[in-house]
Amino acid sequence: MSTLAAQNPTPILSLEGITKDFPGVRALSAVNLNLYPGEVTALVGENGAGKSTVVKVLTGIYQPDAGLIRLHGEPASLSTPNDAAGMGITAIHQETVLFDDLSVAENIFIGHAPKARFGMVDWNQMNDQAKALLNRIGATINPTTLLRDLGIANKHMVAIARALSIDASVVIMDEPTAALSHKEIEELYLLVEQLKSDGKAILFISHKFDEIFRIADRYTVFRDGELVGDGVIGDTNSAELVELMVGRAVDSVFPQRTNELGETILCVEGYSHPTEFDDINFSLKRGEILGFYGLVGAGRSECMQALFGITRPSSGNLIINDEVVTPKSPADAINHGLVYVPEDRGKQGAITALPIVDNIALPSLKTTSNKGFVRMAQEYALAQQYTQRLELKAAALDQHVGELSGGNQQKVVIAKWLATQPKVIILDEPTKGIDIGSKAAVHAFMRELASQGLAVIMVSSEIPEIIGMSDRIIVMREGRQVAQLDNQNVSPERLVREAAGITESSAA
Amino acid sequence: MSRVNAIDKKAIPNRLRNPVSRVLRSWEFLLFTVGVLIFLLNTQASPYFLDPWNLSDATFNFTEKAMIAFAMALVIISGEIDLSVASIIALVSTCMGFAVQLGFDTPALVLIALAVGAACGAFNGLLVAGLGLPSIVVTIGTLSLFRGIAYIVLGDQAYSGYPESFAFFGQGYVWWVITFEIVLFAIIAILFYVLLHRTSFGRSTMAIGNNPTAALFSGIRVSRVKFILFVLTGIMSAVAAICLTSRLGSTRPSIAVGWELEIVTMVVLGGVNILGGSGTIPGVVIAAIVMGMVTFGLGLLNVPGIVMSIFIGLLLIGVIALPIVIQRTKQRVAR
Repeated sequence: MSTLAAQNPTPILSLEGITKDFPGVRALSAVNLNLYPGEVTALVGENGAGKSTVVKVLTGIYQPDAGLIRLHGEPASLSTPNDAAGMGITAIHQETVLFDDLSVAENIFIGHAPKARFGMVDWNQMNDQAKALLNRIGATINPTTLLRDLGIANKHMVAIARALSIDASVVIMDEPTAALSHKEIEELYLLVEQLKSDGKAILFISHKFDEIFRIADRYTVFRDGELVGDGVIGDTNSAELVELMVGRAVDSVFPQRTNELGETILCVEGYSHPTEFDDINFSLKRGEILGFYGLVGAGRSECMQALFGITRPSSGNLIINDEVVTPKSPADAINHGLVYVPEDRGKQGAITALPIVDNIALPSLKTTSNKGFVRMAQEYALAQQYTQRLELKAAALDQHVGELSGGNQQKVVIAKWLATQPKVIILDEPTKGIDIGSKAAVHAFMRELASQGLAVIMVSSEIPEIIGMSDRIIVMREGRQVAQLDNQNVSPERLVREAAGITESSAA
Repeated sequence: MSRVNAIDKKAIPNRLRNPVSRVLRSWEFLLFTVGVLIFLLNTQASPYFLDPWNLSDATFNFTEKAMIAFAMALVIISGEIDLSVASIIALVSTCMGFAVQLGFDTPALVLIALAVGAACGAFNGLLVAGLGLPSIVVTIGTLSLFRGIAYIVLGDQAYSGYPESFAFFGQGYVWWVITFEIVLFAIIAILFYVLLHRTSFGRSTMAIGNNPTAALFSGIRVSRVKFILFVLTGIMSAVAAICLTSRLGSTRPSIAVGWELEIVTMVVLGGVNILGGSGTIPGVVIAAIVMGMVTFGLGLLNVPGIVMSIFIGLLLIGVIALPIVIQRTKQRVAR
């Protein structure tokens, strides 16, 4: 298993027992990670496994609560992004964090531009050096063009040139191929090969198994913030990786369905959007929980937001109780009994600077008010009723939502939607970023809602949750609905394969 | 006993602080204290200050601006701004003057004014809420546009010859020293208090200013609310234009120049967050009176207008910096 490690005894960078805590959540739990010169290490794990936390620790954005980072064998402290860059660690992100309105050369050299007299930028030298760097990676981009005029593939090239310009010894690539075409991906692979031959250590984060097996030398698998396996890529196969990713038995902790399904309440027919999703068809019964699984960017949230009337579909019908309603606005959807609990609590779900009671009453203003005049007593009564039902923990109902923990904020958001007495509730990543205890409470509550006759759609990227909670699962990939599975015959491996588009033969 | 337990176990108290402590900690209370101080200073500064007729005259310093400030407060709370209000006054006043030349009488003048004001507001609202343009840019544009039209129509001329009955709005007294304008100011203050603090429309405005995305996701018709707010501001500008034109008895294209900044100052001094999301009508009422008193007090001392604007500027910065300075000092002492 460790043949390669024997040839490269000292890693350039190693994490030893790194732990990172957030309020209520342990994001990383004593993880180890070694990056060797001239090798690509693939970091694999479900969403929320701790991959991006590692990237942020490595780039100096987060400080670990415990553990040691060694660079070339010496303990190193990465307290700011500047430190990390100074020590030769650079990251190329999924969406490049570069400056759209600066030129290519400025983007490459920002922070360490060549200086002329009086501290002025030496533009000629900067453009020449940028050109040389871009040539080295085989990119034909004019260094004076503005970044916003480049395509996503060329932006990646600029990011890579920037990595070379600071003479990075460690290059982190966070899902670099997510937005690239086939041809561009091939070019990127060539570049990675070149970086390898230059002796750089590369951390490659990806959900796509074919590219991991194509490009990586080693793998490291995270699950729930813990290291669950690592080794040389030649010694493993995709089935083994999937098993490591998914891990534990998934059926034990989730509440089981005890109720019978009711009549069909919601029908979606041929829902399509010009860019985000295409031809989505499904139906939903009262008392049913329908899971939507897929990789990030598969178009699940976009589809749900279109059902809720935030964006308009280019074609397709939404039918509630045999009536075509196809909402034109969220207000419209709410009137028809369809509500959406968004993924981003802070930005879309709750108004954190307003009191709990205002948040809960907001979508129900029509019912709590009388001819347009608010009735505070009714608002408080409504808030009392639903916060008690969800067992919210708060000091008072006029406390600002921003002061609550993530789990309790989520309860406020769910409460505000239940107060509208919906027929269909869509929950987008309902337990993302909340602690284990609140998670279980949300799960139990979802089951209770379903048993009372509500129809529930749950979008989730967590495999145990999707399998444990759903009666049926729809898998989306690249905006398309690729599979509809009964919970009776679904395995975690099957879900991952469908979502990533791995066929039986290539998985072996 | 078991009943008491069942209730106590889960119930979350409705309110964290009692109402009295909330009032004492509020911005409005701080501003009110400042207002009382300025009042006392004024009585010391000039023996004429406490004369009822003088005080009555002093109210003209803020009543017309405050009428617009109430609507402006709602616009700013919703996260937008309207800098075209003074130019709407100019255009409305010009239209009324034009109508007078055509022989229209007072009721028709009022209707024309309200219609023109509403149309100007609707134009702003359409650009901001309909097309999604930034309100600061749109209303800087209409600031030039509306007054520009007034200049084209009037040039260096002035309209006068308003009917006698029209004079009541700006010069009339309801009873003793109580002017029509101060009564109108009070009525409008109450209406806006109810609108912002007691209706679901006001709730929606507050929510939009805090987080427009979450408001949209909560089923609030964000564009519609914003459009209505701009129309409302246009109408209130028209009401102010009626009062001002009636008080002056004539229309020049330079009428109410620079008022938009004084009105925004009034709103911000009243504790409305310039970034949107919070603010109260009582705050704006107190701020209007404070600003009126400062202007009037300085006027009694024969301080020229330029110097007055220095005082208003210092007052704004001072009152806004005060709570932050107090907080910083507390933190330093705590350390």
